[in-house]
Amino acid sequence: TPGGWTSNLTSWGKRERVQEEKKRERERERETGGEGEFSFGSHFFPSISSSSSDDDEESMSEGEMAALKEEVEEKKKLIATLRNKPWRMQRRLIQLKEAQEFVEKFEGALGKGKGRKWYAYKVMMTKKLIKFKRDFENFKTACIPWERKIKEVESHFGSSVASYFIFLRWMYGLNLVLFGFMFGLVVLPEILMGLPYGSLPRKTVPREEQATAMDYAVLFDFNGYCKYSFLFYGFYNSDRMIGVLKFRLPLSYLLVGVGIFGYSLMVVIRTMARNANEGGDGAEEGQFTFSWKMFTSWDYLIGNPETADNKYASITTSFKESIVDEQENQKDENIHLRRFLRVLANFLILCSLGGSGFLIYFVVKRSQDFAERDNDELSWFEKNEVEFVMSLLGLVCPPLFETIAELEDYHPRIALKWQLGRIFALFLGNLYTFLFALFDEVTAKLEKEKSIKNETIWALNAYYANYSSFYNTTDVPPPDVHPADVIRGPCWETGVGIEFVKLIVSDMQVTYLTILIGDFVRAVIVRFLNYCWCWDLEAGFPSYGEFDISGNVLGLIFNQGMIWMGAFYAPGLVGLNVLRLLTSMYYQCWAVMSCNVPHERVFKASRSNNFYMGLLLLVLFLSLLPVVYTIMTLPPSFDCGPFSGQEKMYDVVMETIENDLPSFIGNIFTYATNPGLIMPAVLLMVLAIYYLNAVSKGYQQANLDLKRKMQMARDEEKNRRNNKDSTNQVMKDLEALLPNKSLIPPPTEEDELESSKSPKIKPGAVANGKGVNLQKEVSLAASNPRGPVTRAPGPRGGNARGPQPGPEKGRGRSSNPPLKL
Amino acid sequence: MQDCTFFTRKEILRLHGRYHELAPHLVPMDYTNDPECKLPLALIVNMPELKENPFRNRIVESFSEDGMGNLSFNEFVDMFSVLSEMAPRELKAIYAFKIYDFNVDNYLCKEDLEKTLNKLTKEELTPEEVELVCEKSIEEADLDGDNKLSFADFENMITRAPDFLSTFHIRI
Repeated sequence: TPGGWTSNLTSWGKRERVQEEKKRERERERETGGEGEFSFGSHFFPSISSSSSDDDEESMSEGEMAALKEEVEEKKKLIATLRNKPWRMQRRLIQLKEAQEFVEKFEGALGKGKGRKWYAYKVMMTKKLIKFKRDFENFKTACIPWERKIKEVESHFGSSVASYFIFLRWMYGLNLVLFGFMFGLVVLPEILMGLPYGSLPRKTVPREEQATAMDYAVLFDFNGYCKYSFLFYGFYNSDRMIGVLKFRLPLSYLLVGVGIFGYSLMVVIRTMARNANEGGDGAEEGQFTFSWKMFTSWDYLIGNPETADNKYASITTSFKESIVDEQENQKDENIHLRRFLRVLANFLILCSLGGSGFLIYFVVKRSQDFAERDNDELSWFEKNEVEFVMSLLGLVCPPLFETIAELEDYHPRIALKWQLGRIFALFLGNLYTFLFALFDEVTAKLEKEKSIKNETIWALNAYYANYSSFYNTTDVPPPDVHPADVIRGPCWETGVGIEFVKLIVSDMQVTYLTILIGDFVRAVIVRFLNYCWCWDLEAGFPSYGEFDISGNVLGLIFNQGMIWMGAFYAPGLVGLNVLRLLTSMYYQCWAVMSCNVPHERVFKASRSNNFYMGLLLLVLFLSLLPVVYTIMTLPPSFDCGPFSGQEKMYDVVMETIENDLPSFIGNIFTYATNPGLIMPAVLLMVLAIYYLNAVSKGYQQANLDLKRKMQMARDEEKNRRNNKDSTNQVMKDLEALLPNKSLIPPPTEEDELESSKSPKIKPGAVANGKGVNLQKEVSLAASNPRGPVTRAPGPRGGNARGPQPGPEKGRGRSSNPPLKL
Repeated sequence: MQDCTFFTRKEILRLHGRYHELAPHLVPMDYTNDPECKLPLALIVNMPELKENPFRNRIVESFSEDGMGNLSFNEFVDMFSVLSEMAPRELKAIYAFKIYDFNVDNYLCKEDLEKTLNKLTKEELTPEEVELVCEKSIEEADLDGDNKLSFADFENMITRAPDFLSTFHIRI
C-alpha cells in the first residue's frame, strides 16, 4: 500500500488488506460473470458490459473515461482532506483504504489507450514525489530543536511567554541560513583559496601595532589581530578570481550581501502570509466578551499545578471585572483634565526621545575625538562610551515611558500599544542617530584616505624614479617592502564593521547582566531576605519579576536589524549572532524557569502574530537603506576589501557582465537600464498597484455587504422566533409614511421571497444593542429590489424589500389580497 | 495512518510509546492481531498534559467512541491530532463544541455553560454572578433566539476569537 509504513505497526495494513480481500470477493460474487478489472460500483456505470480484457480500448467510451477520471480525482481529494474531517479514526482509516484502492485500481485503467505508458509513468512519478515530500516533512520535523524546552516553558507560563521562545527559535533558524550563505560563499573561499595572513598589506597588522596586537584588551576591542582577520571587510582581497576554481570573490561578496536581504525578505513575508489566517474574522470590540472569556480563556498548554492555580485566579478576576463593567456605567470623568494630561504625557515623552537622540549624537562625536588621541590614554569607559550609552538608554527609557504613561489612564491593551510604539520610536531614533554620526565619521575617513593615497602614490613614484636613475633600467621590480610596513589608508568599511560588532557585543552583555541582576539577584533577595524583613517581599514591593514579552521581542527585532546592517561590513557578524542566539535560548529559558512568575493579566498587543512580523519587516527595510546607499554612492577604500580599486562597489557587477558573460547579455542590460524603458515599467507598476487597491476595496465592500445580509437574516429569524416586531427601522418608517393605517389590508405572506433573497438594507436593531450605529447607512434609494418588480409595491411586506413581518400579524392578514396603490 | 492525522510518522510512533507507558501490561507493542484494547478514562486523565486541565474528563469522553472515556490507540492519536497546532480552526471548533456540551444533547444550554464556568473559576463566583455571566454569553452568541447555543452559533462566535487557536492547543 502506498504510504511507506514500515515499522512494527505494519500489521495495521495487513488487517485492512484482509478486509479488502473479503470485499473484493464479495464484489466479484455480486457481478454476474463480470471481469474483475471492470467490476467497480454498479451504481456508477450500469451500462458497462463485462467484455473481456483484451478488448479494452473499445469498452471505455470517452464519456465514461471522463467520469471515471473525475471519480478518481474526487477520491484523491478525499485522501488529501481526510484529516480535516471530524470523523472517528476508525471510519477515517476505512475510508482511506477504500479510496486508496480505488485510485490504485483505476488509475491504471485510465491509462489505457493512447499514451498509456506516459500516463503510467506520470502516475508513478507523482506517487514518488508525494512519498519524497512526506519523508522530507518527517525529516524536517525531526530536526526542530528545543521542543522539550519550549513545552516546559509553555506548561509553566502559558502560550504567550512561550511565543517569545518560538520567535527566538525562528530567528535562530533564519540566522543559521544566513550564516550558511555568508560562510560558505564568502569566508570559506577566501580562507581556503585566497592568500594567507601576512602576504598582503591588508591582511597584516601594521608594524606600529604589532607589539600590542595580541593583548586581550586590544582583541576585546576588536583591534589587533581581530581587525585584520576574516571577520571584517578589510581582509578580503580584490582579485577578480582566486584559486583553482576561479572563484569570483568580489562578485560573490556583493551578491551575498544583497542576497541576505532578499532571502530574509522572502522568509518574513512567507511567514506573515501563513500567519494571516490566524487572526480570524474580525469581530467588533466587545461583541463577544463573555463568550470568549468563557470558551477561550483557559490555556490548554498549562501542565503545572501552580500555574493552573494562578490561571484560575486570573480568570475569576477577569470575570468579576467584566461583571462590574457591565453593571455600572463609566463614571463621567473630566474630559478636559484627561486630555490635558495625555498631551502633557506625550510632550514629556517626545522630550525624552529627543534628549536620547541628542545624547547619542554627542557621544559619537566625542568618540571621534577620542579616536584622535592615543589609545592607551583612554579609560575603558571612554573607549566604549557609545555602546554603553546606547544600551543604557535602551534600559532606562522604557520604564520611564511606562511611568509617564500612568498619566494617560488608558485601557491596558491600548496602553500596551502606545508603550510598544514608543519603545519602537526610541530604538529607531537611537539607531539612526548612531548611523548618522557614523556617517560623519566615514566621510572624515574618506577625506583622510585621499591624502594617504596621494602619499602612497608619491612614495611609489619616488621609488621608481630612484631605482631607474640608480640602475639605469626601465624594468623596475616592485618595491620590496614588508607588508607590515606599507602605509595604510583608514579602511572605513572595517571601521564601520567594528562599530557594529562592538554594539552587538555590548548589547548582549547588557541584556545578560540585566537578566542576572534584575531577575536572578532579585529573586534570590526576595526569597532569602523575606525571612528577616518587615514586609512580605514576595507579595509586596519587589516580588518576583514577570517576563517582559514585548520588551524582549522588540530587543530581538532590533538586534536582527543591526545584524542586517552590519553583515555587509563584517562577515563574521552573522556567525557571532548565531552563537548569541544559541546562548540566549539556553540562558533565558533557565532564567524564566527559575526566576520568573507567570503573568497576572495577559494582554496581547494585537489579534494575530503578524504584529511582530510586521515590525520585523519594517526594520528589514530600514536596515536595507543604509547598506544600499553606501553600495551605490560611497567609493570603496583604495587598499582594503574586495572592491578596492573600483570607483563604486557595484562596478564589480558591471565588470563581470562585460567580461565574463556573453555579449548579448551585456546588451540586454544596457537596454534594460535605459530610462526610456524604466519609466514605463515604473508607471505600469504604479497602475498595477492602483488597480489591485481598487479591486481589494471592492472585495472588502462585498464582504461587508455579505456580513450585513447574514446579520439581518439572523436578526429577522430571531425576531420571528421571539414574536417581536420587525426591528427594521426602514420598514417602520415606511409604515409611518402610509396615508392611513386602518385602510390598509394586511399583506400576504411571502415566504419564498424572504428565504431566498435578503435585500441589502441593513437591519435596524441588532441584538447587542449596537444597531443604532448601523441605521445611518440605510438608504431607500441605494438598494436594489431583488424580488420581482412586476408586483406593485404593496404595504408592509408586500414587496421584495420588506422583511417578514411578525408572524401573528402576518397570519392574521394573509387572507386578503394586497392593495394596488 | 499518517494521512488521517496531522502527525508525522515519527510522532505517531512516539505517541504509541506514550500510550504504551500508560499501561504497559495492557497495551501490546505489536498490533498484528489487531487487539481491541482500550485504556480507561482514569489512566488517560493522569497524563501530565491533561492533569491540570479542568475539562480533562470531557475532552477524553468526546474522543471516545463509547462516550465513557475509554480510548483505543486510534482515538488517542485522533485526540492529540485535533488538539495539535496543525489542526484547522473549523475542526477544532467542532470538537470544542463537543467538549463543552456536558449533557451531550448537541446544544450548549444554560446548565452546560454554568458547569463550564464553575470549572473555570473553581466555583469562586457567587450564584448570581454565574447566572449573569451565562445569560450574557447566551445573549451574545445566540443567533436563532432559542436561548441555547447550537453548533452554528458557537462556531460563528468562536471562529472570530483571536485567542482560540492558541489556547485550544496541546503540545505532545
